[in-house]
Order: sequence, then structure tokens, then C-alpha cells
Amino acid sequence: MTKAGTTMAAARAPARAGRLPRRRGVELALLVLAVLLSVYGYCAVGLARTGTVPPGAVGYGAGLAVLALFAHVVVRIRAPYADPLPLPIGVLLNGLGLVLIYRLDLETPNDQAAPAQLVWSTLGVGLFIGVVLVLRDHRVLQRYSYVCVVAALVLLALPILFPAVNGARIWIRIAGFSIQPGEFAKVLLAVFFAAYLAANRSALAYTGRRLWRLQFPTGRVLGPILTIWLVSVGVLVLERDLGTSLLFFGLFVVLLYVATGRTGWIAVGLLLAVLGAFAVGRFEPHVNGRIEDWLHPFATIEAGLGPNQLSQSLFAFAAGGVLGTGLGLGHSVLIGFATKSDFILATAGEELGLAGLAAIVLLYALLVECGYRAGLALREPFGRLLAVGLASIVALQVFVIAGGVTGLIPLTGMAMPFLAQGGSSVVTNWAIVALLVRVSDSARSQYDGREAS
Amino acid sequence: MSEYGRFPEGGQPMTRYIRHACAFCVLLLTALLVNAARVQVVRSHEYDANPANRRSTIARYQQPRGDILVGDAPVTGSVDTREQLRYERSYLNGPLYAPVTGFASQTYGTTFLEHAEDGVLSGTDPLLAPLPVWNDVTRGAVRGGDVVTTLNRRAQEAAYRGLAGRKGAVAAIEPATGRILALVTSPSYDPAELSGNNEAVASAWARLNHDPEKPMLNRAVRQTYPPGSTFKVVTAAAALEAGVVTDLDERTDSPDPYRLPGTTTRLTNEGEGCADASVRDAFEWSCNTVFAKLGVDVGARDMAATAQAFGFNDTGVRIPYSAATSTFDTHVDRAQLALSSIGQYNTRATPLQMAMVAAAVADGGRLRPPYLVERTTRHGGETVAGSGARPGRQVMRASTAARLMELMAGVVRDGTGTNAAIPGALVGGKTGTAQHGVGNSGVPYAWFVSWAQSEDAPEPQVAVAVVVEDAAADRGEISGGGDAAPIAKEVMRAVLGR
Repeated sequence: MTKAGTTMAAARAPARAGRLPRRRGVELALLVLAVLLSVYGYCAVGLARTGTVPPGAVGYGAGLAVLALFAHVVVRIRAPYADPLPLPIGVLLNGLGLVLIYRLDLETPNDQAAPAQLVWSTLGVGLFIGVVLVLRDHRVLQRYSYVCVVAALVLLALPILFPAVNGARIWIRIAGFSIQPGEFAKVLLAVFFAAYLAANRSALAYTGRRLWRLQFPTGRVLGPILTIWLVSVGVLVLERDLGTSLLFFGLFVVLLYVATGRTGWIAVGLLLAVLGAFAVGRFEPHVNGRIEDWLHPFATIEAGLGPNQLSQSLFAFAAGGVLGTGLGLGHSVLIGFATKSDFILATAGEELGLAGLAAIVLLYALLVECGYRAGLALREPFGRLLAVGLASIVALQVFVIAGGVTGLIPLTGMAMPFLAQGGSSVVTNWAIVALLVRVSDSARSQYDGREAS
Repeated sequence: MSEYGRFPEGGQPMTRYIRHACAFCVLLLTALLVNAARVQVVRSHEYDANPANRRSTIARYQQPRGDILVGDAPVTGSVDTREQLRYERSYLNGPLYAPVTGFASQTYGTTFLEHAEDGVLSGTDPLLAPLPVWNDVTRGAVRGGDVVTTLNRRAQEAAYRGLAGRKGAVAAIEPATGRILALVTSPSYDPAELSGNNEAVASAWARLNHDPEKPMLNRAVRQTYPPGSTFKVVTAAAALEAGVVTDLDERTDSPDPYRLPGTTTRLTNEGEGCADASVRDAFEWSCNTVFAKLGVDVGARDMAATAQAFGFNDTGVRIPYSAATSTFDTHVDRAQLALSSIGQYNTRATPLQMAMVAAAVADGGRLRPPYLVERTTRHGGETVAGSGARPGRQVMRASTAARLMELMAGVVRDGTGTNAAIPGALVGGKTGTAQHGVGNSGVPYAWFVSWAQSEDAPEPQVAVAVVVEDAAADRGEISGGGDAAPIAKEVMRAVLGR
């Protein structure tokens, strides 16, 4: 990290007149590459399994290409200065996710998930196109911040009325479709947090007590953070969804820090998180079991009960090694339940190896970086906080689920963005990409060669 | 500086906090990659080797297993089940070859040749890959190789037919090489029943293990029996080697009944005319008294030395799977030595061991270690490793072997073994009826060991040992010559082609 002063000085020096290049050609080239890579993966699965190119390869490639092309044209018309990376990354991750799900469908002939995922992906790209078309300026969202938070809380509370599925109350089932409303709530909450903090950051930044080297906020403004913390714990206890609660809380702490720069917030946040996690981990059997599995992944093997999902997932990653077994040649299906959703990364790890896994993490990192870069370039706090918030959602979500399936942190049920089976998740992620395209377009079209402070 | 005004503390710019948050996200993603490297590279071998990890098992059954061949024809096969453990073992004539092939089960592991040659059959033997380094790079599976046995199909079938379901076993060896020509146990079982991994396999396993007839017991190689009178071949060899006997036709100084030295127990014979009988007559008519005294005259040290030269007390007999150790007690008093010398007391032998005794006699006193594997080949038929033949060792003088052949030929010509005679061939044999059980209450075992040589052949072509435990027969009628000799005869005829 450079000191703030030097950064500003360095940024001012090469002040240029004129606008940045639009770089739509780069985006198109990257989109072609993303579609070709996905089609190649699809063919590789077929060649490894049956020795022939799967019959749907042309249709799959054409469908993906048409979706990508539509999205690209809309971006070209309505967001010409947008960062060229988010859309191709979204297409590539979505395409790879479809390949992995199709590959796992071959192991489970009675449970075909790829067709539904393709429908949801189409809906997601449709939403992307809609958002880019309709939302001409992201600042409009600031006006609807309280609508957003009410909608988010309703969506979060909805599954409590429905029966629990696999130990967690996060699904609602309507007409054969299962929807995870919490996924949509993520984006709405990011919008609300950004708007709330942009409006109140001066008040929140007001220093209260100073304890050792940390500056703690006054009791008056502690209210909102406690409320959010209570909502997170409420989600955890009522819906038994450790992942979503971690994500919300982490997102809020990151945005609070960016808005106010108060390290005291982080201290309070971590303290509350540790307290909450300890209490829930201690007294809530579902969460407690996850923590026990994390500490002793092979306990069930030693007890003679066979490997649990986490140990099967670790076996899958280990079997991949550096270069992987090759698409279609692994045995990640041994993980059993949730192979296509929460544990999809294990299939990638086994069949593409550490090399493939690193590439995937790098794609997510680039997506996160797009958000942060837009945040740095924008001038007004709402846009900056929104960009940072969206990027942080992606980073935190990837960390929570990928860390869970590789045994880095306790496993929590959550969808790997774009890769995992799950319609709500894919649609939400396309909305995030659409908002990133929108804010990056604003940032780059306003850019005058100087970095904002 | 900012349109929103300065911060209370003199303007900490938001840019800096965004950079901090960005660094935090980078830290999270880096932690993921470091941890992934830990799982996928550093600890991967530990996870791969975890017994609960099914991947190595799946890989093992992913391709057809190599076959075991008798002559040119495979006696095994592989069935594609399309399940997760894809290929299952099948057997063309399971019960006939069970003591040779053993089973290759997805649930219960492998035995016998399936176990001893598993590396070749499953394709993991490094010799199978023509270009090992290239194979490591491509990580392609090597097709399992084939194992060609030394068995003679007709001899094997003749032995199995001869036993006809009675409890017993047959072992046949080619004396000049040590090749095992037949290895049969009865009653037998179909190893295909154990190949898979379903419920039926588990119940077959339970049924076979609880069967009082013990169909999975390899009686030819893994079960020892008191050899009874067939052991007199060894005692005669020891007496000739030690110089205790110099003329086969000279009358021995042996009473009938014979009082075991240091005891009041009297040893008797089944037949008459054993008192002071010559070694030739005593061998032909199987006089216990003469051979018990002969053993005592040779002494424990020389008796044990000869028995061990024939392979008794050798714990390392492998064909290539291990055989049970045949025993001759080396710490015995004179009474125990007398009983040991007629194949009782602690003297026990596998049928394979007694076939080795007959083979050593037939091969001029040279004992060739028996073996079952002629060669192993790659899937295409290219030879990987040659035969399991190992150099033989001289267990007695050639002249001793020649005189023993004379004695054994006499048994078949006009002694207790006339049932084994084959027209147009020279056959030598020795019968045995072994007592066992507490106070000899068990049904005796009928033995016959023999060798045969066609008139036009330069040397004996086959040595056989047959044991019949048959509990169904009337006790009085059980005898080596009656029950076992006809089976040996059929096996020898099959080998000689007569």
C-alpha cells in the first residue's frame, strides 16, 4: 500500500484530456474465446466418456454464442465505456458451470440438471440485458434504497414459512421450481447498504471513545450495526444458513469500513462475529456438526461409518493433483448429495486440477478487481460503495464456499457463483455483472485522468 | 477535496479504504489457492491412500482383468457390469480350476493365482508398460496381462472326474521340470459366486465359509494329512542313503508284532508275512513293522535330514502362492520316530508334497521345485516373464532313486497298487491308509503316490499324489489301492495320452 499522499500526487501527474478507449472490440474477442472454451469443454466431456462429440455440442455452442452476442450488442449500445472484462468472465464461468453440470448429469441419468440450468442461464442473461437497457444511471437506485431493504427482508423471511430442506430453511418451492430468495436479497442489501452508508458516513465516522489504538464509535450510531448483526444471527438461527449470514455480515463490515475508515468498526464487527459464531456453534446442532466436520474431516471414517461429504470432497481435490484427471474422467460423483451445487468446485478441482482451479479463482479475482477499479474511478460515494459492495459479495461468496469444500473453513451451504447448479444464484450473479457493467461504464465515461479521492 | 466535504479527522480519503478492502479480498482468494495447493499437492498422496477413498478401487475394475490360461485357452473372463466397479471376474469352469485360480472378488480380495499374479492381471505390474515413463505422463491405464499356467487340461479333468465329489485332492507334477500338471480339490466351489459386490456375494461368502465340507479349502496345497504308508518311500530312501539297507532282497531282522522301543505298545500289520520280510516284500505289502524298525535303525537325525531334503519342514514352498508346510518332527524319542517313519505321529504332508516325493524318485533323485506359471504375457501375447522354473537339488543318490523306482514299480506290478497299472507304460506307486483322529477313531485317509513312464519315453512324464478322505465309504474298504489308485491311474493316462 502506498501512502495516500504519494498516490494522489502520482495520479495527478499524467493528467490527460480526452476520454478512455471504449474497448468493445476486446470484449467481443474475449466473448468469442469464452464461448469457444465452453464448447471445447463440452466436447471434451463427450470425447472422454463415449469417444464421440456429444450431439448437443452445436446447439449448446450456438445458444451460448447467441446469448453472449445479444448481451454484447446491448452493452455496445447502452454502456459503451464499460469495462470489457465482466461480461466475458460471466459467460465463461456460466459456460464452464454448464459443462460441469452436464458432465455430472452423465453419472446420474435420473436427475438431469443441465437443461434447467440452461433455462435459468438464459433468464439470467435476459435480466442482464434488461438491467443494462433500463438502468441508464446507477444513481437512480439510491432513491429506492428503503424499498430495497424491505424487499430484501421479506425475501429473507419468506422461507421460514416453508418446510426445511436438507436441514436449512432457505428454499421455497413453487410449481416444481425451488427458489432461494436469499440470493436475490444479496443484491438488494448491497444497494441499501451503499445508499445508507453514503448518506450517513459522516455521522458514522464521528469518533467516540478511543481505546488503546482503536477508535470506537459512539453508542448512538452503534444501533444500525447491531441491527444488521441481529438480522444475520436471525437468518442463521431461523434458517440455519451459516453461509448467507456470514456473507451479509462480512459485506456490511467491509462497506462500513470503506465508508468511514474506522478500524473500530472492524474490531466491533469481528468481536460480534466471533461471539455470534461461538454461541451458535455451541448451541445449534446443525452448525455445531459442520464445525466438528471441519475440525475432524475423517472422524466418520475412523468411526467405521464411511467417508462424509467433506472427506469425499477432499479426496476429489487430491485426486486431481496439479493437472487434473481430465474432464469426464474423475469420480467426484462419490460426494453424493449436492455434487452439482455446493460441491461443484470439487469436480473442477478433480478434473481440471490445481491449474484449472487457479484459473477459475483468477477469473473471480478479475471480476472482483473490475468492481474495485470502478469503485476507485467513480466520484460519488454511492457508486463507489455499490461497486465495492458488489465486488465484495463475489469475493466473500467464493471464499466461503470454496474455503468450505477444501476444508479451509467450516462448510456452509452456498452456491459457487455461476458454476453451481441453482437458478436463483445464476440469475442473481448476472444481475451483479450487469450492475458492474453499469457502474464501470459510468466510471470510465467520466474519467478525466485524475483519480478520485 | 470532495463534494461531500472533509472528514472530521482531516480527510482520510475513501480511495485508501477501498484499496484496503481490495487487499483484503485478494488475501481471501490467495488463502483459497494456498489451501487448494495444500490439499491437491502437499497432502494429496495421503488422501489418495486413505482406505475410504474408492478411487483406486474404481480404477482397478475400470478395465477387463487379464486372463488365466490353461494351454492356449483362458479359463477366466471379465463381465462388463456397467456399474461403478465396472468389470467383474467370470470363470469358465470355476469349480475345476478353483484351487489354481482362486477368486478375484470386488468384496473379499483375491486368493491363489489371482492374488499371486495380481500385478500382471490387473495391469499394475511395471513390467507390463512398454514405455513406463511415457505411461506416467499420459496416465493411461495399462491393460492387464495374461498368466499361462503349466496345467494339463486333460489331467486336471481326469482328476476332478476321478474324485467325483468325494472329499480329497490330487496333485500331479512333471518330474523333469517341476511343472504342475494337475491340482484338484474336492468338493470345490465356483469362484464366480464371489466376484461381484452385491448381496448375493455376501450370502455366498457366508454359505461357503460355514459349509462343513469346506469347499474353499485348497486340499491339494493348503491342507496337510498324515501320509501313512506313502511315507515309506522317504523311509526307504533314508535307509538306502544311510547304508542301513544294502540289498533290497535280504531278509530284515524285524519282529511282527514290533514293540515300539521304550514302550509296551505293539505295532501290527494289516496282512501276514511281515516278520523278517525283505525290504522289497515289505514295501510291496506295506509292512508297518519293518519300516518302523527301519526308521529307528536309521536314527532321528538321518530320517529328518532325508525328509527335509524332500521338502518337509520347508516353510517357503511357493508355486507361486504359498503351500502349507509339510512336517516331520525332528525332536522325537525312538517310539515316536518309529511311528513317524510310517507316516504317523507328527508326520504330515500336503498332496503336493507327496507328489514331489514321487517326482524326485522318478527324476533320478533330483527334486525340482514345483511351479504353476509357465509364463506371463502382455495383453497382446508378448511374453513379459518366463517360467517359474528354479534349479533342482539332488535329494538322494541316483542309484538310490533307481532302486526306489524298482520298489515302486513292484508295488504296481504285484503289490498293493495293481489298480494303477497302465498297459504300455511303466508305472510305480505306493499305497497308504492313514489313521488319524483321537485313538485313530477318524475315518482313515486313502493315499496313492505314483509316477508313470510310457514305453517309448526317455524318462517318467508324470508324478501324482492322490488323497481321498471319503467319509461315506465303509471303514474296512478304505485303502490306497482301492480308492486312490484308480484316480491316479486316470490322471497318468491323461498325461501319457494312453
